[in-house]
Amino acid sequence: MTALLLAHLLAAVLAPVLVRWWGRQAFLVLALVPAAAFGWVLAQLSTVTAGGEVRETVPWVPALDLSITLRLDALSLAFAALVTGVGALVLLYCARYFEPDDEGAGRFAGNLTAFAGSMLGLVLADDLLLLYVFWELTTVFSFLLIGGAGTRRAARRAASQALILTTAGGLAMLVGLILIGQASGSYRLSEVVAAPGSGGAVVAGTVLVLAGAVTKSAQVPFHFWLPAAMEAPTPVSAYLHAAAMVKAGVYLVARMAPGFADVPGWRPLVLGLGLATMLVGGYRALRQNDLKLLLAFGTVSQLGFLMVLVGGGTRELAAAGLAMTLAHALFKSTLFLTVGVIDHATGTRDLRHLSGLGRRLPVLAVVGSLAAASMAGLPPLLGFVGKEAAFAALLDGGLPDRTAALGVLVGIVVGSVLTAAYTARFVWGAFARKPGLPASAPADLVHPPGPLFLAAPTVLSATGLVLGPASPLLEPVVAPYADTLPLLTPETVPLALWHGWQPALLLSAVTVLGGAAFFLARTPIARLQRRLAVGASADEGYWNSIQALDRLAVLVTGTTQRGSLPAYLGTIMVVVLALPGVVLLTRAPWPQEWRAWDTPVQALVTAVVLAAAALAIRMRQRLPAVLVVGVTGYGTALLFALQGAPDLALTQFLVETLTLVTCVLVLRKLPKDVVERHSARERSARAVLAVGVGLLMGVVGAVALSSRTATPVSVDYPGPAYEFGGGQNIVNVTLVDIRAWDTLGEISVLVAAATGVASLVFLRQRTGVLVGAARAMRTRRAAVPSRRAPRRPWLAGSALLDPRRRSVILEVITRFLFHTILVFSLFLLFSGHNQPGGGFAGGLVAGLAVVLRYLAGGRYELGEAAPVDPGRVLGLGLLIAGVSAVAGLLLGGEVLQSVIVDLTLPVLGDIHLVTSLVFDVGVYLIVVGLVLDILRSFGAALDREEERELDDAAASGDEGGRTELPMAEEVTVR
Amino acid sequence: MTPTVVLPVLIGGLYAAGLYLMLDRSLTRVLLGFLLLGNATNLLLLSAGGPAGLAPLLGYAEPEQMSDPLPQALILTAIVITFAASAFLLALIYRSWRLVREESVGIDEEDRRVAARSGQDADEIDPDQLAPEDRPAGHADSLHGPHVEEPDGHLAVPSDDVDLARPRGGAR
Repeated sequence: MTALLLAHLLAAVLAPVLVRWWGRQAFLVLALVPAAAFGWVLAQLSTVTAGGEVRETVPWVPALDLSITLRLDALSLAFAALVTGVGALVLLYCARYFEPDDEGAGRFAGNLTAFAGSMLGLVLADDLLLLYVFWELTTVFSFLLIGGAGTRRAARRAASQALILTTAGGLAMLVGLILIGQASGSYRLSEVVAAPGSGGAVVAGTVLVLAGAVTKSAQVPFHFWLPAAMEAPTPVSAYLHAAAMVKAGVYLVARMAPGFADVPGWRPLVLGLGLATMLVGGYRALRQNDLKLLLAFGTVSQLGFLMVLVGGGTRELAAAGLAMTLAHALFKSTLFLTVGVIDHATGTRDLRHLSGLGRRLPVLAVVGSLAAASMAGLPPLLGFVGKEAAFAALLDGGLPDRTAALGVLVGIVVGSVLTAAYTARFVWGAFARKPGLPASAPADLVHPPGPLFLAAPTVLSATGLVLGPASPLLEPVVAPYADTLPLLTPETVPLALWHGWQPALLLSAVTVLGGAAFFLARTPIARLQRRLAVGASADEGYWNSIQALDRLAVLVTGTTQRGSLPAYLGTIMVVVLALPGVVLLTRAPWPQEWRAWDTPVQALVTAVVLAAAALAIRMRQRLPAVLVVGVTGYGTALLFALQGAPDLALTQFLVETLTLVTCVLVLRKLPKDVVERHSARERSARAVLAVGVGLLMGVVGAVALSSRTATPVSVDYPGPAYEFGGGQNIVNVTLVDIRAWDTLGEISVLVAAATGVASLVFLRQRTGVLVGAARAMRTRRAAVPSRRAPRRPWLAGSALLDPRRRSVILEVITRFLFHTILVFSLFLLFSGHNQPGGGFAGGLVAGLAVVLRYLAGGRYELGEAAPVDPGRVLGLGLLIAGVSAVAGLLLGGEVLQSVIVDLTLPVLGDIHLVTSLVFDVGVYLIVVGLVLDILRSFGAALDREEERELDDAAASGDEGGRTELPMAEEVTVR
Repeated sequence: MTPTVVLPVLIGGLYAAGLYLMLDRSLTRVLLGFLLLGNATNLLLLSAGGPAGLAPLLGYAEPEQMSDPLPQALILTAIVITFAASAFLLALIYRSWRLVREESVGIDEEDRRVAARSGQDADEIDPDQLAPEDRPAGHADSLHGPHVEEPDGHLAVPSDDVDLARPRGGAR
């Protein structure tokens, strides 16, 4: 069974390609997939009729106890045969329905095949949640099929309406399924139905599940989406909206009825809504001029009928229901396909434009009329068998409550009269010669249908004809399911065409004659309907609610989203003060005692940092403010050191320096001062809020520490850190081993941020082209005469710098230190497992070395120092970290598990190697890549831009520009 | 555990200063506030980790004397990420300056436009207000083209296709 589902999936994926290769003939190949499934289903017939079942289980999410459990029993077999059989025929029909050059055919083919697979999965699923998954898949594909290419507004609206209604029901159903699953202690559908549990949860769950079935099967008051969905191409209407998707609700009700029919609320809901739907659908079908719309309302009506039958919860009704479901699928898909042929041949579906078509398309007329006769319940067709079984069941038992049974009987007889009446209208409208119209209207047939086009409706219609007299053959399929329900009549009446002269036959005659009378009296009835028409409908109610929802959404958005970032932040802060703040003040355990400090130095640093923070608020000049904020960063690093965190102190020092450089590189492009934009009142409000939250956070810090009672998880770190992590620096072992997953996530953030920076500056490509000094020299020598540059410069790139921007001392220092710093950074990386250091610190040091080269030698020097694409460095780092993570898994351990290797090599001596070092190398590369990206973006790219502006200024004849423009300021900044 | 006085005071002060700056409309001041907030948060994590101790290096200190290594590992990555995020903020500042010579966050016009809307979405308007060919089935003519005259009344069946005449008679 899984293989069948996978085959559908594969076919759906390949469908667009096949259609591109072979055009509409591809549908013939695609039809093979459901046809094969149909063959398989039929092959299981002997097993299932013997009372057996076919099962298949594939584990899916073991932790959730979720598995793909498929089960084929009699009920599933009946529905699966419909889904696959009709599906194959409809795909066959598509091969002629589409024009050879239809553009959307590929997409359509994929969607339709995928839908067929989902529907097959739905009727085979034996797990509540799996059922739900397939249920929603059918909804999604139905949405795609109705919406088509999305170019027509009516189709878009119909698609979204169907989607909203059926997913709303589907969500209710999900809640219901979970309630039922919890109450019965199993999510296996067969077990749940066998032992449904009891209590309020089951009742509530049942009602919610019914909500799903009711919306899916287009029952009142959600019936209107189905006629609207007629926007879809006719094969879709024939398959989804007659044979398959709308039958999902019927299937679910039938599936659950053996266990749940006696749950309070089940019968009133199912029977009441079913009857109402049957009558409303029939009544509205009577007044349609669009043949397809007529059938759509007829489908609504028939779905109501089926709901009543399968939801009744007795053996005799269920048997009638299954027979009727089969009959309906056969005749309704035939009729839709017939309309498709008519539409194709004449270019219209309006019965007021059609006349005398029966004479011109005799085969189609016979096929359509046979199906229509089955719909009206005429013998000897299958529709007659099903309908009479229903009448007979309700006359003799049918429901536990006799009064209810008679009421339902009256309802379905009236509904059947309406059915017969609109059937007559359909046949007359499609094929008859009408007074007032020419004998042949329209005069010419655009496309006379070929044999392949007529094949599918003919087969379906003929099946309905054969199965009428052969209905006893259906009994072995129907019986195993129906027998799970209680029998109320004195004895089982098997399905058959002829049961002798009995009251049910009389009722059948009444419905047919009544229908004929309704049809003959159509003009007065039309007048009556016009008089009874009201200016409200469920559909309008739907649009009104959607509009009300829209208005509410706009109102809420308009009130809350005022468009001011400070206002949003202020709101967050007010909430922080109001909720956690108040709770903290009233409930929190206050510290019993305080210490002044751990060491007095802390107080000194605190005073400096606070003073710097206060300065940062007051300063309006950009660069000094950045420097002052840097002081708080260095102060923080000192506090880290005092607390006993050398790794943190090291990293903080390095990062603070890099931050300063980065800020200066960008802010040099901005004006010196920040303009004050806030009024005094705004400023005081900000101050009040900020001080409030600041106080709160201080208190949080103290309370959090004082109210700690649990032992920290990290007390156990030291032992394992050495034994399994192989390192003495516990912080580093934590980063690369114990909590390496965290680190993996965090370095991914670094890659994302670096990419963001580069893309905001370069815009068009990942990174700019960086010319090395040597090449720049060659191209530039002719253009720019070197101005007193030393013959052998300390740094290659600095020769290209403006002499006023050069600092020879810095160049010399850089020349001497650069490689030493790089070696030191590698030392930090490799020793980090045992000493302070590691990938982060090492990468930052290496980054600083490159920063030094850039500051001393300019952008060409940067190209010399790091002639690589930072994106590659970042990617390589992430790749190394990822591979080292997966390697543990591949070698049979856990993800990110590390191994300790001790080697003795000549010369080097004993080497104690831990594989998590590889992970740390990835971290190192990513940090280096981040710094390189920042330097290229904020350094080199901004420099080049500035030079270009200067060149432009010089070229435009502004002689003074070269000396007066920002260059002078920049020299001081550097 | 006993809290110190200095660390909560410092944390509170840094938070207050950082938040005050973040409430500014100037992106540079927001960046400065962000940096202060980063330091404050790292200190908060550190102080929540317990009292000062010796560096968590085996062989350098006994496990009982060590400061808690776990918050340190968390802070270490936080420091680097703060750096990356502030670089990104700087890129935003730069881009904003390049585009509009302005580095402040003004009123978000998109938000204001949403607030000013009347509550009707193009695809959701009342079916009765749509052009006939756009109306859904059951509401109006889902069949395009001119209609045949009603020669003898037989075809004059009211249908959803042609919108029922409303008993109230008034046009909506």
